[in-house]
Amino acid sequence: MPMTLEESIHKQVHGNLLGWLVSRQTFWVSVAAVLAFVTLSLSSDVFATQQNLFNVTRNFAFVAIIALGMTAVIITGGIDLSVGAVLALSGMVIGMSMNTGTPFWLAVPLALGVSLLVGAFNGAMTAYVGMPSFVVTLGMLSIARSLAMVLSNNRMVYEFGPDQAQLLTLGGGFISVGLPFLNPVRIPNPVLFLVVMTLIVGLSFRWTKWGRHLFAIGGNEEAANLTGVPVRRVKLSVYMFCSLCAGIAGILEVGWLGTITTSLGQGMELTVIAAAVIGGANLTGGVGTAFGAVVGAALIEVIRNSLILLGISTFWQGTFVGSFIIVAVLFDRLRTRTAND
Amino acid sequence: MALLELSGISKHFGAIQALTNVSLALNPGEVVGLMGDNGAGKSTLVKIIAGNYPPSHGSIQMLGRKVAFHKPADARAEGIEIVYQDLALCDNLTAAANVFLGRELTTGFGSFRFLNYRTMYQRAAELFAELKSETRPRDLVRRMSGGQRQAVAIARTRLSEPKIVLMDEPTASISVRQVAEVLNLIRRLRDHDIAVVLISHRMPDVFAVSDRIVVLRRGEKVADKAIVASSPEEVTGLITGAIESV
Repeated sequence: MPMTLEESIHKQVHGNLLGWLVSRQTFWVSVAAVLAFVTLSLSSDVFATQQNLFNVTRNFAFVAIIALGMTAVIITGGIDLSVGAVLALSGMVIGMSMNTGTPFWLAVPLALGVSLLVGAFNGAMTAYVGMPSFVVTLGMLSIARSLAMVLSNNRMVYEFGPDQAQLLTLGGGFISVGLPFLNPVRIPNPVLFLVVMTLIVGLSFRWTKWGRHLFAIGGNEEAANLTGVPVRRVKLSVYMFCSLCAGIAGILEVGWLGTITTSLGQGMELTVIAAAVIGGANLTGGVGTAFGAVVGAALIEVIRNSLILLGISTFWQGTFVGSFIIVAVLFDRLRTRTAND
Repeated sequence: MALLELSGISKHFGAIQALTNVSLALNPGEVVGLMGDNGAGKSTLVKIIAGNYPPSHGSIQMLGRKVAFHKPADARAEGIEIVYQDLALCDNLTAAANVFLGRELTTGFGSFRFLNYRTMYQRAAELFAELKSETRPRDLVRRMSGGQRQAVAIARTRLSEPKIVLMDEPTASISVRQVAEVLNLIRRLRDHDIAVVLISHRMPDVFAVSDRIVVLRRGEKVADKAIVASSPEEVTGLITGAIESV
């Protein structure tokens, strides 16, 4: 019996949840992550221990936090190459200010404020002056890192004044969660931050006007402009948000390491971009998820950790991570190409 | 007093003179067919009305009041809606998201506002049914045919209660049944006292639905007369230049 107009309007392309899931890159990457996890648990008796998982999740939390901000920027069709330098600058600001006696409650907003300033500069140049984000953030990468080094005066700092304990607990501490029949699970603080931020970012992407506008700008910026989306304001805010994520990660990482060095976050921008891309963010804009950013970062860290546990030289890490970036995106391209034939 | 009065509108882009001294009046409940060859200035004129660019010379008045549009949202606030020739759609969003782009419906409390998906899907579905289009609100625009994309762009104009609706080639890529629906929609808009400007290359469509015909050639207005006083042959002559002006 032919469908009525109403019926045909209310049908959806993917009839059920499974159909929709299978069509998304993030799903397949999650499957790969779970497979890797299971394989490693079986082949190495160290991997699935509490101590090792504790370390793995804490390591990848820093990359994942920044990957959340990076995904937001990539969704709008831009890129932020300065995140590693902002992490270093934020860590340097909080470390140096606490070293000279600034209390914790003042040093944290100071570090975050500096990160937001960098983000505001990136955003203003990209959105209002119209420069390509690649160029602006590339310049800011050098500027921020050099400012961090200037601040450090080339010393290694490991004393953080009277509030030192607070900083170290923030980054290096954990909470214990009691589970029935098992030993209490220790969750590192950075992971808690990550979970909360992922929830907030994920909800914002899907359920707020701001999130919808990010996707619109990435999909067709001209159309967004014509229909009244405040494009420049949204772009400014997204670069500020990305730098804020880097600033938060910087504070947490300094707290965890207990020291600041000028090489903090060096080269991290590439890992973060890799995490975002593996997680499904499309560099041409308009596609990306918060969960994907976390899964991408997790996968990279699981690969690194597994190579160490399996006794493979760390020099091979780059080959594996780099290959995975290519494979993850290639797989997705091939899949969508056959679907469109 | 005319609903919209364009007086002596000229527009140049650098050395290119797109429009020269065009004056046009729109009245409520009137359909104006705007015709001309490619490059005659039709899209430019309509984009000036819609607030995309300011005119280089000349003024715009609505009901005797001088207005100046700095961006499309200003024109929309005055009750002017437009369907662009390239439709201005985001391929990566759903049909409903595109219809409500820039005007998303939200629900919530205080400063915590969330997108109201249910109402947006519902309303979009109603608008598509009204246009007799099978466009599905939840589908991505990327996967849609030309006719379905056209329905999304036209549905946008039905969101508010506009006074003027501008349509730039709305029947360019749609099926016969949908062409009839778009023309019926234009008649319904006229019945609601809305002024419609229809840019089209399809002479039968323009003659079927317009009250008045305006012809542009090389940026100048060469004709502005009632449709009953003209004919397709005359309009063709005006477009090509065989007839200088009337």
